[in-house]
Amino acid sequence: MHAEPDWPAPVEEHWYGRVLIDRLEVAVAEDEETLNWDAQAWYGGDVDRVWFETEGEHVLEDGEGGELETADLFYSRRVAPFWDLRAGPGYQREYGPGPDRDRFFGVLGVQGLAPYWFETEANLRVSEDGDVSADAELEYDLLLTQRLILQPRFETTVAFQDVPEFGQGAGMTGFRTGLRLRYEIMREFAPYLGVSWRRDLGETADLVEAEGGDTSSVAVVFGVRVWF
Amino acid sequence: MDISDSWSWRGLTRRRLLECAGSIAGLTALQSVMPGMAGAATALPVAPVKREGDADVIELTIARTEMEVARRAARPITINGTVPGPVVRLREGRDAVIRVTNHLDEPTSIHWHGILLPFRMDGVPGVSFPGIAPGETFTYRYPVRQSGTYWYHSHSGLQEQLGHYGALVVEPADAEPFTYDRDYVVVLSDWTFEDPDSVFRNLKVAEGYYNYQKRTVGDFFGDVREMGVGPALDKLAMWGRMRMSPRDLLDVTGSTYTYLANGFSPEANWTGFFRAGERVRLRFINASAMTYFDVQVPRLEMTVVQADGQNVEPVVTDEFRIGVAETYDVIVTPTDSRAYTIFAEAMDRSGFARATLAPREGMAGPVPERRPVPERGMAAMGMSMEMGGDMAGDMKQDKAMSGHAGMNHDSGGSSPMEMGTGGPVSHGPNDHGPGAAMVARNPRSRLDDPGVGLENAGHRVLTYAQLRSRAPWPDRRPPARDLELHLTGNMERYMWSFDGKKFSEVDGPIIFRHGERLRLTLVNDTMMDHPIHLHGMWMELDTGAGPLKPRKHTISVKPGEQISAEITADAPGDWAFHCHLLYHMKAGMFRVVSVTA
Repeated sequence: MHAEPDWPAPVEEHWYGRVLIDRLEVAVAEDEETLNWDAQAWYGGDVDRVWFETEGEHVLEDGEGGELETADLFYSRRVAPFWDLRAGPGYQREYGPGPDRDRFFGVLGVQGLAPYWFETEANLRVSEDGDVSADAELEYDLLLTQRLILQPRFETTVAFQDVPEFGQGAGMTGFRTGLRLRYEIMREFAPYLGVSWRRDLGETADLVEAEGGDTSSVAVVFGVRVWF
Repeated sequence: MDISDSWSWRGLTRRRLLECAGSIAGLTALQSVMPGMAGAATALPVAPVKREGDADVIELTIARTEMEVARRAARPITINGTVPGPVVRLREGRDAVIRVTNHLDEPTSIHWHGILLPFRMDGVPGVSFPGIAPGETFTYRYPVRQSGTYWYHSHSGLQEQLGHYGALVVEPADAEPFTYDRDYVVVLSDWTFEDPDSVFRNLKVAEGYYNYQKRTVGDFFGDVREMGVGPALDKLAMWGRMRMSPRDLLDVTGSTYTYLANGFSPEANWTGFFRAGERVRLRFINASAMTYFDVQVPRLEMTVVQADGQNVEPVVTDEFRIGVAETYDVIVTPTDSRAYTIFAEAMDRSGFARATLAPREGMAGPVPERRPVPERGMAAMGMSMEMGGDMAGDMKQDKAMSGHAGMNHDSGGSSPMEMGTGGPVSHGPNDHGPGAAMVARNPRSRLDDPGVGLENAGHRVLTYAQLRSRAPWPDRRPPARDLELHLTGNMERYMWSFDGKKFSEVDGPIIFRHGERLRLTLVNDTMMDHPIHLHGMWMELDTGAGPLKPRKHTISVKPGEQISAEITADAPGDWAFHCHLLYHMKAGMFRVVSVTA
């Protein structure tokens, strides 16, 4: 090779990043309105990346509080053409009207594109108290036209212990599923309309009922999907 | 479209044109001017040449210039003030001395695409030289030992996308084996008003960003009508398992590109003049960053006389696909005094470049309708066998491919995912890691395949199998060594590489031994076509033409294809070897070939 040390590389690689607010929506259910969010950001190369993901809901009524369901920081590594393995700390916080409660986790997960184009995410969480849970999320984009896209999504959690202070009973705690119809005005900006359904199951449902809550709730959602 | 529009578009005033007229007049062998007609107005500017002894001296200045593209304000990189840059005309047997001055605020370079020269003059920053710093002048000096149609372009960053390219024509020392009355260069290119860095980022962070021709629910029901529910579901499932799209044809599309012919948008309509009955030589150069074009001149047959600047036995055809960086010289003979459209449709049918051949200005011929977006075939995956050949005709061409998941690479020929007919080789056990989303299980020759979307064109379409050199090349030794490289990629992260390794991941160059004759075999493990370019040395494409292998500087490799070329490693030094899709190269589909003693 004749290249000298002060010559530039013939092709230079850069790191990239992206912030995706997959859902930023108002959910109107029978008895309450909430502001929900589900966002992720990554930065890095093709193989190694740092991720931040957060999901939660805030009740749109003074003092009713809400929940920062997840705030996870990951280091991820692409281990197969469509799959990242990732690990890092996670955080959860419930706030108002009662006393705030929070906990930290260690999270190990996979993220990627499953066969048949399912955007998939699955995590195993171990809380600072040793409580273990697993969660999974699936999303699918069904193109009605090039810009009008119907997105079914499904998420569920399995707890391995009772954690009553966070309203979690051992076993499958329930699921949330939804159907959102978005219109990509640009790739980066798409308003949507949809419905979502939350259902608590098993011991988790018992806990919710004991507190006088609904174990099933259907909401109409409207919001935007934005990335930059 | 009137010509004056076109002129303001190109940023050239009439006065400027007249100033240039002197130099153009001396060079009308290239762009014949009809007496009494504003013929010169249709020709690309030619870089003025000063003769100094054995040397032809040319000055080129690279700068950002405010001008309009397709009637919108733009700030392309220009060479001597225009896009494309002026035609650089050299003469075989003389020395070229080209002084390139950089008026940009970043380093630049010019690579002489397809020209054999000392490697220090090849113009690849980081491989042949450090680049040309802002404000500096670099003098390229090399003996011209070949003739034909070539081109030149920046090899720095993504500057090509901004207009940094032009035609290079070398006049032969001896007469050519064909005659013509007029001679036009047709530089095809793709222009975007977006910043190329942002185009690349969009590709990196959002797969399919520019593809507005994806399959929809309606397309699925179309399949159901055409082939029945079962086969339609099978097709959906096969692509689904691979997580690939049969509509993934070009990464950057007409959704952002305006396609240009000699710098003119389709509306501005570049026009070349002719008199009925004249033989018109059209030197097609694909100077695009990312676009394969399918070129036709409806109602005229084309006689292909050169490919990549090298004489070939004439082939009469109606259409040819030109990969990025390839050139084809064709001769047409318009017999009627009417306008003929030069129609260069993007391979994915998302847009087209258009120009006109006409007996006088202001004329326009009919513009063909764009054809429907084609789909990559699935016959490849055993579907035609499984389904008794029920697949739509368009789908019979593609060859065996398989994805990583849901398919068993190591099972024998009994796998439904593999073709029963068998290929010349089967893919080895190496699946190239996370950088390769798939491998071609049974790659095969596709030389006689016109390519996706042209299988049922309804007229003659040129294929590589038809290319035969006009004369045998001097080195007749059989290759003493085989070198196999796989073209690999992972669309989801926009990773592109050879053998699953990006340029940043390889330890050193590919070594050719000086003087050796070797066979380079390329296997395309991706769903995209890749134009692979070797600097400094010819690749003699193995088409089965024996000693009459066509010589190419750029070989387009189809998905699932295995293709071989023989190379005489007669050029010591370091040479770039890469995919000529600009953003694939940027993403890492690049290697250095070092020819050492």
